[in-house]
Amino acid sequence: MNLFNIIDEIEKFDPELNDRLNPRRAAIKNITSFGSKVAMAAVPFAMGTMLKRAYGAAAAPTVIEVLNYALTLEYLESSFYNTGAASAGLIPAAGASYINTVKDDENQHVAFLKSAITASGGTPVTSPKFDFTAGGGTGEGPFKGLFGNYNLFLKVALAFEDTGVRAYKGQAPNLLGNKDILTAALSIHAVEARHASAIRQLLGVSPWITSTATLGNDTGVPQVNGNYDGEQNVTQGGVNLTTLPGVSGSSTSVAVATAAFDEPLSMDQVLALLVGTFIYT
Amino acid sequence: MKTSEQESIGGANMARRSFLRYAGLGVASAGLLATAACHKDHKVIVGGGIDIGAKGDLAILNYAYALEQLEAAFYIQVITTPYSGMTADEKALFTSIRDHEVLHREFFKAALGGNAIPALTVDFSTIDFTKKAAVLGAAKAFEDTGVKAYDGAGYLIKDAGYLTIAGKIVSVEARHAALISNMLVAGSFAADDQVDSNGLNKSATIAEVLPIANTYLKTKVSASNYSYTA
Repeated sequence: MNLFNIIDEIEKFDPELNDRLNPRRAAIKNITSFGSKVAMAAVPFAMGTMLKRAYGAAAAPTVIEVLNYALTLEYLESSFYNTGAASAGLIPAAGASYINTVKDDENQHVAFLKSAITASGGTPVTSPKFDFTAGGGTGEGPFKGLFGNYNLFLKVALAFEDTGVRAYKGQAPNLLGNKDILTAALSIHAVEARHASAIRQLLGVSPWITSTATLGNDTGVPQVNGNYDGEQNVTQGGVNLTTLPGVSGSSTSVAVATAAFDEPLSMDQVLALLVGTFIYT
Repeated sequence: MKTSEQESIGGANMARRSFLRYAGLGVASAGLLATAACHKDHKVIVGGGIDIGAKGDLAILNYAYALEQLEAAFYIQVITTPYSGMTADEKALFTSIRDHEVLHREFFKAALGGNAIPALTVDFSTIDFTKKAAVLGAAKAFEDTGVKAYDGAGYLIKDAGYLTIAGKIVSVEARHAALISNMLVAGSFAADDQVDSNGLNKSATIAEVLPIANTYLKTKVSASNYSYTA
């Protein structure tokens, strides 16, 4: 059965499907556009969750689902750095220890999450396929050539790290009060933020995300604007941060207000950013 | 749903004073009573210091507020009396970090309102602010401890909105920590003094963190309901 037909079937009795699924629909079209007949049985965990969550708004993901989602993101990152480290001539000597540290951490996260899922009575998902050019499996995406271009490689790395930070942050409420799993997730979250900071230092951009009032993305890579959308938020817990006093004034700049707080992304948001481009079936 | 809850917490029109009630001290009346009890608790002077108060989210937020006060004061001093040879780049980075920490402090102060612990008096007499190595060493200790503190206290937070806000702050502290570590030793941004063999950042309990913080505080902070009295 073709996934795209399923969408059309649903659309017949849900005219608002487009609103519900909008960014996801574009992602799904990407998949069909390169001619893949997606069997429902082959639809990965991520895609199933994507559809389920478009309709199952009331159901928060289970701990196992959160961990498998995290595992999927860690598969993405570990595969990315493993490929980068194995690409001859890509990483200059000055960056080797940085990239190796990040690579090792991501591989440890994969192993840790697998064991945590098993220990929690779940079954770890298998890795989906990745196209790091963001071409949805064509290898012809906007980041084509990244494994022969260190600067481009770092830019994609940064998008993954900053998005990873946002993704873990978005799941914290689903693990509320769970001492072991929440603490572990927050601990991985902090390590992803350390990575993001370090990759930013390698790229020569500020270690924190400094947004403007209208643009969350401060990386200068417009293809990943969506990964940073929302970082321009300056209101926390009902408090408009720009109205708070700084060291030498009665207000705070948007730059400081956005840099001092990182923003979460929901599972749906993250999958919409990755599935059909970086992740494919 | 979690997403809409987060969005409405961030909604621009929410009155500041409703923050605590909204974000989950339960039903308003019970919440306010609990709030009042906390208010009294943490004002109690314990041996010349203060206590973060009765067990609950307000105590955890005040714990964070105490740590942010300490960090803000530290970086204000770093910029006020720059170490010998501080480059323009370094000064710009420390200024940014100072501004982030001051904003964290001001945010907790505003959000907690009448439930906030008082302003703490710091004691940085053990830090030689004229020496780069001393300042970087202290900065690393503050940032690493801050990350471990937020990670270790996250599970104690009962309200999803507060937890998300703590998450928004801790990743910025981790960005600071990685930068400071790299300034000390290039490539040490996730070294094994802070990150374990599973790739997890280490975390610390309130009872582990406050004794460290108190070495830099004249106003000693206790958490008697979380197994630590200064």
